[in-house]
Amino acid sequence: MAIRMSKPWSALTVEAVRAVPGQLGVYQLADAAEQIVCIGFAGGLSLFGLRGELQRALAQRPFAAAHFRYEVNQQYTSRYLELLMLHVADFGVLPPANRAAPPVRLGRLSPL
Amino acid sequence: MDLEPTEQQRQIIAVVRRFVREEILPLEAKLDPDASELPPKDFARLSGMVRDMGFWGLDIPAEYGGAGVDLVTRTLMAVEMAQHRAGLYAPCYGVFGSAGLAQLFEATEEQKQRYLYPMLRGEKRGFFALTEPSGGSDPARAIRTRAVRDGDDWIINGAKVFISGADRADFGLVFARTDAQMGRGGITCFIVDTDMKGFHVRRIVHTLRSSHYATELQFEDLRVPHANVLGEVNKGFAIANDRLSRQRIPYAAVCIGVAVKAQEMAIAYAKQRETFGASLATRQAVQWMIVDNEIDIRTSLWLTLAAAHKAERGEPYRMEAGMAKLVASEAGGRVVDRAMQIHGGYGMSKDLPFERWYREMRIRRVGEGPSEVQRHVIARDLLGTRL
Repeated sequence: MAIRMSKPWSALTVEAVRAVPGQLGVYQLADAAEQIVCIGFAGGLSLFGLRGELQRALAQRPFAAAHFRYEVNQQYTSRYLELLMLHVADFGVLPPANRAAPPVRLGRLSPL
Repeated sequence: MDLEPTEQQRQIIAVVRRFVREEILPLEAKLDPDASELPPKDFARLSGMVRDMGFWGLDIPAEYGGAGVDLVTRTLMAVEMAQHRAGLYAPCYGVFGSAGLAQLFEATEEQKQRYLYPMLRGEKRGFFALTEPSGGSDPARAIRTRAVRDGDDWIINGAKVFISGADRADFGLVFARTDAQMGRGGITCFIVDTDMKGFHVRRIVHTLRSSHYATELQFEDLRVPHANVLGEVNKGFAIANDRLSRQRIPYAAVCIGVAVKAQEMAIAYAKQRETFGASLATRQAVQWMIVDNEIDIRTSLWLTLAAAHKAERGEPYRMEAGMAKLVASEAGGRVVDRAMQIHGGYGMSKDLPFERWYREMRIRRVGEGPSEVQRHVIARDLLGTRL
């Protein structure tokens, strides 16, 4: 499995989000320029899994989110942290929507 | 040998049990089912309570500020501390304090100043890197990471895998081969700072365990000063081996703790859940599962306590520790599986802790020496055969 999420972006629309499964996993939101603005996950406490989380993103549009992509993944905790670490490794900072509540003591990766 | 807890041990067990039920379980109900950390404020509050109880630092020697608890009592406490959802790999979410890298108690005073004392103060975190892509069960032969002397330094090249916590650590213990001809006698333990040039955490290794993930490390011309050799050159394997034996007793105790809780839940559910006009508890099929659970739990507990008693008396205990780890890890899986079955569909959901225990208990049959290696070690002691 490639460690960076590389699926094509989908437009953050009602129709697209409706097709997202209710399973557990991780997701990314991007702005109109396809710059990542948020990394999140749908965990065991979520009522409607990835679809529920992306419906919330659709309603709130944090940092002008316009696109999304997701990954169904039962190991959502470690995958979520890995995506955050990758983002910091690639860009030096967390996505803007994650900066307000960063994980306590995020690890560091030096990916190839 | 009397394995019954003393009156003082019973009191300690009661205190820890109440702490888990009144403090840990209510907090845990609000966390993600795969969480392994408490919010910082809750961690600080509960750690303070543990300090007030005098139980902070269970694995830290008393002369370093630890609780000074003997191994048998420690084992009994471990059984209680594990009785919650995250209990297998994060018993009480770490609020009882951790010894971290116990090998550092044997370090030089200069090394203790740089690493041990900051670790005990909670200022630094460490990792332990033994397993490599070439193998983990037989590290004496599998280690290919090389360290070559260069003046006052060593240059390390190689890789490690399934290493917990390296991405968040400030330093770690890395075992490297310093003499290619000597087998287990050619391995040295180095203390490596994670900000040293050439130290890389390449990826997270995703496993059944969603939290407490593992990492893969790579060392590229990593330059480490000779002052960071822990112990002596070529004598590092003894450091690794000692850890493996000692860890097996609390490792087994934690498996037993989860099994105890799973059994408690299974009995309660069987008494109240009805099918075809009667409670599950009246069904022989369910009764036998609960009986088999109890036999598995008590067998594991008695073996583990026997090993702890022997270690506490200063007698050789390697075989007994291996037996305890083997039996408890395999029995724990069976108990969780039966308890899941008794709970039916709910047993499979994240609403209950079983699915996490089921995944994480599977790892216990491999971690800290797989079941097959434990049997190998026990056979060697019984038959006097060489590996």
